[in-house]
Amino acid sequence: MTATTAQAHHKAKASDRAKAEARLGWYLAGPAFVVMLAVTAYPIVQAVYDSLFRDQLTDPSGRKFIGLRNYWVILTDPVWWQAFWTTILITVITVIAELILGFALAFVMHRAVRGLRGLLRTAILVPYGIITVVSAFAWFYAFDITSGYVNHWFDWVPGISPDLNWFASRGTSLFVIMASEVWKTTPFISLLLLAGLAQVPGDLEEAAEVDGATAWQRLMRVIIPNMKAAIMVAVLFRALDAFRIFDNVFIMTKGANGTEVLSLLAYRQSISQLQIGLGAAVSVLLFLCVVGICFIAIKLFKVDLAGARGES
Amino acid sequence: MASIDVKNIVKEYGDGFLAVKGISLDIADGEFMILVGPSGCGKSTLLRMIVGLEDITDGELLIGGERMNEKAPRDRNLAMVFQNYALYPHLTVRENIAFPLRLHRGEFSEAEIKSRVERASDMLELNDHLDRKPANLSGGQRQRVAMGRAIVRNAQAFLFDEPLSNLDAKLRGQMRTEIARLQRSLATTTVYVTHDQTEAMTLGDRVAVLSAGELQQVASPRALYEQPVNLFVAGFIGSPPMNFLPGELGGGKIRLPFGEFDLPDRVARAAGDRSLVIVGIRPEAFEDAKLTQPRDGSFQFEANVDVTEWLGSELYAYVPFQTHEAVEAKLAELERQLDSEALRTQFVVNLDSASRVRDGDTAALWFDPAKMLVFDPETTENLTYDEAEATRLDEENEADRKASIERARARAAKEGAAA
Amino acid sequence: MRTALTARQRFWWTVIAVVVIVFALFPVASIVATSFKSSSEINSGTFLPPHWSTENYQQILSSGGSAQTLFLSALRNSIGISLISTFVAVVLATVAAYAIARLDFPGKRIILTTALGVSIFPVVSLVTPLFNLWREIGLYDTWLGLIIPYLSLTLPISIWTLAAFFRQIPWELEQAAEVDGATPWQAFRKAIVPLAAPGVFTTALIAFFIAWNDFVYGISLTSSDRARPVPAALAFFTGASYFEQPTGAISAAAVVVTIPVVILVILFQRQIVSGLTQGAVKG
Repeated sequence: MTATTAQAHHKAKASDRAKAEARLGWYLAGPAFVVMLAVTAYPIVQAVYDSLFRDQLTDPSGRKFIGLRNYWVILTDPVWWQAFWTTILITVITVIAELILGFALAFVMHRAVRGLRGLLRTAILVPYGIITVVSAFAWFYAFDITSGYVNHWFDWVPGISPDLNWFASRGTSLFVIMASEVWKTTPFISLLLLAGLAQVPGDLEEAAEVDGATAWQRLMRVIIPNMKAAIMVAVLFRALDAFRIFDNVFIMTKGANGTEVLSLLAYRQSISQLQIGLGAAVSVLLFLCVVGICFIAIKLFKVDLAGARGES
Repeated sequence: MASIDVKNIVKEYGDGFLAVKGISLDIADGEFMILVGPSGCGKSTLLRMIVGLEDITDGELLIGGERMNEKAPRDRNLAMVFQNYALYPHLTVRENIAFPLRLHRGEFSEAEIKSRVERASDMLELNDHLDRKPANLSGGQRQRVAMGRAIVRNAQAFLFDEPLSNLDAKLRGQMRTEIARLQRSLATTTVYVTHDQTEAMTLGDRVAVLSAGELQQVASPRALYEQPVNLFVAGFIGSPPMNFLPGELGGGKIRLPFGEFDLPDRVARAAGDRSLVIVGIRPEAFEDAKLTQPRDGSFQFEANVDVTEWLGSELYAYVPFQTHEAVEAKLAELERQLDSEALRTQFVVNLDSASRVRDGDTAALWFDPAKMLVFDPETTENLTYDEAEATRLDEENEADRKASIERARARAAKEGAAA
Repeated sequence: MRTALTARQRFWWTVIAVVVIVFALFPVASIVATSFKSSSEINSGTFLPPHWSTENYQQILSSGGSAQTLFLSALRNSIGISLISTFVAVVLATVAAYAIARLDFPGKRIILTTALGVSIFPVVSLVTPLFNLWREIGLYDTWLGLIIPYLSLTLPISIWTLAAFFRQIPWELEQAAEVDGATPWQAFRKAIVPLAAPGVFTTALIAFFIAWNDFVYGISLTSSDRARPVPAALAFFTGASYFEQPTGAISAAAVVVTIPVVILVILFQRQIVSGLTQGAVKG
């Protein structure tokens, strides 16, 4: 009898303390949480709602509930699919290029002597600090047919002549767009990979060396497997980021010549053409694509975001 | 300086876990008290309750006769050295040491702070490092800075929470003597938590052995060593640890794994009508018959030595034996409590380094049965515990302590007069 | 092992360093060079300007310059809006991250997961509904109308970065200070604030860069120089005449807004690197 009451007493006390701590926790963290929800959850819900209407700001009286017809219109339109595949193409190519370049940079910094490492780090942080729009202009002007110098420098390369207008065809435009994207974001990925590299214990590598592994084998069999988590997280973050690409495309081509990406399509529908219903539907579809990428990454590739972020 | 009285203190965590199950301890003014036990025994919790970082669930804490249960740490005027030193990384060594003094604005003048910091740094030989940041110091230096921060103000007592556990073996030995020297010269009441029985034995005036939140025994190091109250204390104190063997009694004989012997009266009295006991024999009780002539009444036997370790000053020989299934479970449980792992049943004997006993030998050994302890296999209590002898050892130790403090004071006075 | 470099190693490291530095700085150098080309030489087809000219800078900075009002108001908007949204985000994130790092409460993971979710949200998806709502409630083309959505960019990364920073603070120092005789407030101010401040500062820097970099919100939710930030304004620059491309002016403006950020990056590179990677990978 006494034992049970004593136990009940303990329980009550424990939950009191826990309750007070939980309350304080939410008092402190609550405002940030509410703000985050307010600036994202509310707009996306609103977008889902808007996407169910035919709604043009140019014709306010024509607003009408049409169910999922906006989605039908979009998904049967080759414009959407062209933008979709362009976005996928950009995402895949830039992430692969960034991963290879970023790894090379990370490896160089990891191996460099102290002073040199600082210098290299400073250098690669410059692209990180630059506004994306500025980087887009820098690349655009370098390649531009009137103001650029690239054509003059590389006119010995077959296919490049002073008359080559890089932004007149799809392939060349995408090349410059992707080059600027890779340049701007490789530093970030290489810093993430450098942190991952630093976490591979040095003695693992030494053990492999003693076991007779070559430098290449040490890289492929010891280092990379041990930083898989860091690589996966870096890839996922970059992929999501690349999938939202907007600034470079807007500055360089405004989506001309088959370079339109999904973000630009959504922007054009709603902000330029004031087709609120259609624009909202594109926004929702874009959102679903991002959710899909996350889902694939987490379920299929088992990217442990929380674990990799030291949260397990 | 003050005495610390811990009266039946209990610590219960929010989830109902009892970390300290009612411990009472009287720590005299100027005494060096060690709290020792395996990890999770509640020793650090007890220390943190004394300093005020943990609330006391039940019981009473008196410092200098004043109840302290409800006081904030800063009002208890205690100084603590943390396991990871807790040095402020943004402050220099000088400012780390001065930190407690600067907290009370106006209480200490700049000149006084300076002189106090210098006195502390003289004592700890930190003069060359005063303007460095903790990150640039070695482990031993950090340790000394942490101690400097403790001694810079006149705290009522020093509390140490495993201060040497992050140092390597050699440095640990040096810092141990450093702490002992400092405590003797300042004669400040000190409570020192450790899991290392060597630290406990070398530093403490008295040692409190804890296990699973309960106090097992408080006594002088020598009394703990010679008169442990139970199996746990006997097994925890001493290195290499005491050997525990099953002893079967009957017909005026005691049967140990290595032979049958006449039952001495002392053991017979202690064992009463038990037919099975756990016998405890310290490794150093054994002798090599080839080197030392067995004394009258000693137990002599032949043992098959498995492995020997020659250490220069002594030789350890390991002898495997068949244990008795009735005590096997009890001894396994003891191993768990002691945080150790018994890989095989063997006992260890500590012989003179001149001994030629080697791996695979059959050695002739003997020991004096007077040094044999007998434990109840159920309650684990020491049946041969001699309370009068334990008290005598404690009193002897207390007298020695007072004498050494007196000597330290006289020396300080002489130096003061000379200067 | 790596202390002394052989001549061969030294040579290769030099090659590598030069390659990396050219890779990192070339486009920057390119736009700087373009910004010093005069309008008559903008199409020279060379990397360096044949004659160095400050014409473009006069155009955007000196009074009477054709793009001066456009650029300076954009600069003012960018600085103001980015600073305010950074400040709000860092204040909210600091208390939230403190709770996440120090307290145990249900929903902690939900908050971190939400922050993660918000940080990967496609900005364009938010723009359409905000565009409508802002027009209805009068936030369109105002500072506040950008500050609020900027929080969706700055707040999540601030929470992640600060939570990671705060988890590494040795909080036992607070207890040590209390034993040393400090009041809880003194312990916080003298032992914890000096350790937390660099983390907060770094987070603010990273959040500021993100706000400063925004383009989508900038062009979608503004229509005039009342609130239009620099990246958006660059896209709306016009030349001195209709037929003239504003290449030079845009380059000059780009250089002006880039230089302070590059200086900040170089000054605080150590902090930024630790902040970026702590927020993303266990540091």
